[in-house]
Amino acid sequence: MNFTKLRKAIFSRTVLRGAMSVAGLIVFWELGRRLQLPGLAAVPAPSEVYSVIADSITEAKFWDHWRASFTRVISGFIAAQIVGIPLGLMMAMSRLFHATTFPLLEIMRPIPPLAWVPASIMFWPTTETSIAFVIFLGAFFTVVINVIGSARNIDVRYLRAAQSLGSRPSDVFLRIILPAVLPGIFVGMAVGMGITWEVVVAAEMIAGKSGLGYLTWSSYVGGNYPQIIIGMISIGIAGYASSSLIRLLGRFTTPWQRTL
Amino acid sequence: MADTGLPGRGEVLVHGISKAYTIGPKREQVLERCSLTLAAGELTVLIGPSGCGKSTLINILAGYEKADHGAMVIDGQPISGPSSDRLVVFQETALFPWMTAYQNVAYGPRVQRRRSRRNIDAEAMRLLDKVGLREFRDKYPSQLSGGMQRRAELARAMINEPRLMLLDEPFRGLDAMTRELMQEYFLRLYEDKRQTVLFVTSEIDEAIFLADTLMLMSNKPGHIMKSIPIALPRPREPQVLISAAYLRYKEEALEILHEEALKAFAGGSKAAADFVEAYEQRDIGQ
Repeated sequence: MNFTKLRKAIFSRTVLRGAMSVAGLIVFWELGRRLQLPGLAAVPAPSEVYSVIADSITEAKFWDHWRASFTRVISGFIAAQIVGIPLGLMMAMSRLFHATTFPLLEIMRPIPPLAWVPASIMFWPTTETSIAFVIFLGAFFTVVINVIGSARNIDVRYLRAAQSLGSRPSDVFLRIILPAVLPGIFVGMAVGMGITWEVVVAAEMIAGKSGLGYLTWSSYVGGNYPQIIIGMISIGIAGYASSSLIRLLGRFTTPWQRTL
Repeated sequence: MADTGLPGRGEVLVHGISKAYTIGPKREQVLERCSLTLAAGELTVLIGPSGCGKSTLINILAGYEKADHGAMVIDGQPISGPSSDRLVVFQETALFPWMTAYQNVAYGPRVQRRRSRRNIDAEAMRLLDKVGLREFRDKYPSQLSGGMQRRAELARAMINEPRLMLLDEPFRGLDAMTRELMQEYFLRLYEDKRQTVLFVTSEIDEAIFLADTLMLMSNKPGHIMKSIPIALPRPREPQVLISAAYLRYKEEALEILHEEALKAFAGGSKAAADFVEAYEQRDIGQ
């Protein structure tokens, strides 16, 4: 991308409108605190947050919290893909397997991941593994359901065409079924990633000794109010960064979905 | 390879095929003792009233469905189940959306693993060229026009040199101009490869323009009423459409189809009513 294009992209109307709404929120919030509006009066103002940001982000401990949350999210998320994608494919392709596993899945699925925290702590030897397990559950069900859905929706014409063009079963799987479910897998991943961040933050608040959720909660307990806001914004940025990454990966792996 | 055609390969005998579907409490006979012969390397076009079982016949020949009675033999071997011997091109495009035009065309030989990579590449490019898609080889189907997609699909089928190629109204839904263009592209491919082809259509002009043999199918339960050899010269050019010989074939075919439509009309078919009306309007006009 050349410089003029970059400049055009940055100063485009869409970006400008987005920036305006963010700026509007900051101004409203600042005024709310200064004018002692109900509710907002108790919240540290942007200016107060800004004054402590420099101190916070230069501290090594702050980045340790980032690293802790990211490590948990990524390991739980990847584990959910590794177990969930093959499981979903098997459930979609084998009636017998589907019949035996689906009811179990459907009983477990409505249980919120956070309800698993106590049982998880009892079951797993360390707090770290129990948090990872809860994160895994958060992403797992979404992944499985999306894979089953997209595998079942494969147009039968593709399968017939593949069959009559002389595909072996392994070709049908690798060259037809897998690429056909790939867009669905990425939809599942994007949704799963969102759930994963919700879960990690909550789990850290309950049982953690580190992480962005822990940072936010301990700032509240310790009375460091501006840091609560820094923790919240950090979580927002982290979640946005990870789902952007998934979208980028999705665009890269499914180039046929791009329109012209 | 294969530029010279494959003489003696792809002879199809269909003898006494019957097929009925059970829809709710009703049992409907779709095909009744349907028999036909497809000569090796010939282009046979099947035309008939809507709902007469043309698609069912295609599905049975492709091996997607089983006949209740009857026998089908291709080069002396009985037909059972789908095989890369018999390829189908569908009404709506079934190009794989995740493969480029080139990858789609090369797919069959790739998975059959009988030819070398270089051979496949050369043949795929040659066919893409024949259907005017050389420059679009790296485009995905979603980036191609409807007509281009069908052309790519024809090339994808032809490259496999199947014993029998089945086309079920492949150009339906295209506008008239594109359709004519497709017919010419298709003839180019066919006249190059000379594979046995069974082409189903409901357009009489398309049928005669393409066919070596024109087969007329009856109302449901369907069977072949008449087989008309079309002795128009090849390679065929659109000019034959205005030749006297062409008009005689058309007259002959329409007369039989009209009689059949009258029978269906008497039996309460609405589609047949349209055909009968159009046919009679046409007589007045002459």
